[in-house]
Amino acid sequence: MISRRDLLKKAGKAVAGASISLAAIEFLSPARVQALKADKAVRWVFLVDTYKCVGCGLCVKACKNENEIPYDANVTRTWVERYVITSDGKLHADSPKGCRDGFTTSKIDVGMGKLQDIKNEDIKKAFFVPKLCNQCENPPCVQVCPVGATYQAPDGVVLVDRTWCIGCGYCIMACPYGVRFFHPKYHTAEKCNFCYHRINKGLKTACVQACPFGARQIGNMKDPDDPVTKIITTERVGILKSEFGTKPQVFYIGLDEEVK
Amino acid sequence: MKNHVFRPLLVVIGLVVLVLLIRPFYVPKDFGVHERGYMYGWYRQSNTEDWKKVKVKYQGSEYCKDCHADKLESISQSPHMIIQCENCHGPALDHPSDPEKLTIDRSRGQCLRCHAKLSYPKSSRAGIKGIDPDTHNADTECVSCHNPHKPSLEGLK
Repeated sequence: MISRRDLLKKAGKAVAGASISLAAIEFLSPARVQALKADKAVRWVFLVDTYKCVGCGLCVKACKNENEIPYDANVTRTWVERYVITSDGKLHADSPKGCRDGFTTSKIDVGMGKLQDIKNEDIKKAFFVPKLCNQCENPPCVQVCPVGATYQAPDGVVLVDRTWCIGCGYCIMACPYGVRFFHPKYHTAEKCNFCYHRINKGLKTACVQACPFGARQIGNMKDPDDPVTKIITTERVGILKSEFGTKPQVFYIGLDEEVK
Repeated sequence: MKNHVFRPLLVVIGLVVLVLLIRPFYVPKDFGVHERGYMYGWYRQSNTEDWKKVKVKYQGSEYCKDCHADKLESISQSPHMIIQCENCHGPALDHPSDPEKLTIDRSRGQCLRCHAKLSYPKSSRAGIKGIDPDTHNADTECVSCHNPHKPSLEGLK
């Protein structure tokens, strides 16, 4: 049987112990959360016009150089996919080296160093689709990070803190668009960040600047006079994998159902 | 409570206290919950500044035009005017101080990015004049006949 004195003593100890550990956790009032979410003047968005893309890959080349991604490593922050649909209804898609050297042959890269011949007369429809990070409004890659190394900046861009990343790779698995990879040199998660150092200096991203055909554009969704915002809000644009609810912020003109 | 139960418990409590003591020193001051709340905005705020400090390598054609006005003028007469100087001449970085000279990509592959013929209906690639790389002077560099700044056939060397 426990005495009243002992019970009070033990209860007091338990409360004191619990409050020490609870003090380590920060509680946020709903009002403070709302204040933190207050509107900012910039929300970076991207617009891709697939009709204009010719698959030259100059964007990929510029991106790799600008963002110091080892040139010969088979990883890249942005890439271009080729879709060829033949008259038998079959889809052939490839992106050799992420299109770093462009598409210079009509043969489709089917992997393991094998190429598949496609006859010109069999081609029903063919086009190129540039891909990059969608800087989602609800980024699943950020949700899964166990250490707070990847996050959404106030302007909407999802960034990776290389000093804080532990290289667990959860974010790489979580991204439905496959835009993340390990940086071969830093061994941390790596992704397109809309050339954060350039857009904050008033420059265009390296890929936008390098594209000779104007297939890529970057804009500020919070600015109603931005030409990109005008296109997104008044014309017919598509997004990738809307069923995931990630609210991607890279918009496409001329998407096809085969593009995923 | 028996001693053999209590001792490991003490060790565990000690570890927890140790972690809590180290935490304020190890975790940066600006690490915490920011604009987008705990789910999307839990990070070290100064990291955004780190990313802004990355060096700009591609300066754009505007950067070239002060010294190389003649080159810019010559290419602006051709369909190649839509191509940025640095796409072939390489990123300018801090040229002319560093690097003093840029490495120009004169390779056949550079031209074939656009000019390898791909007859894709309704694709703008089909609208670009192209060749079959296997049959059109396969082992010769394009630039030994064609001038990239004056690519029309009158500009043939």
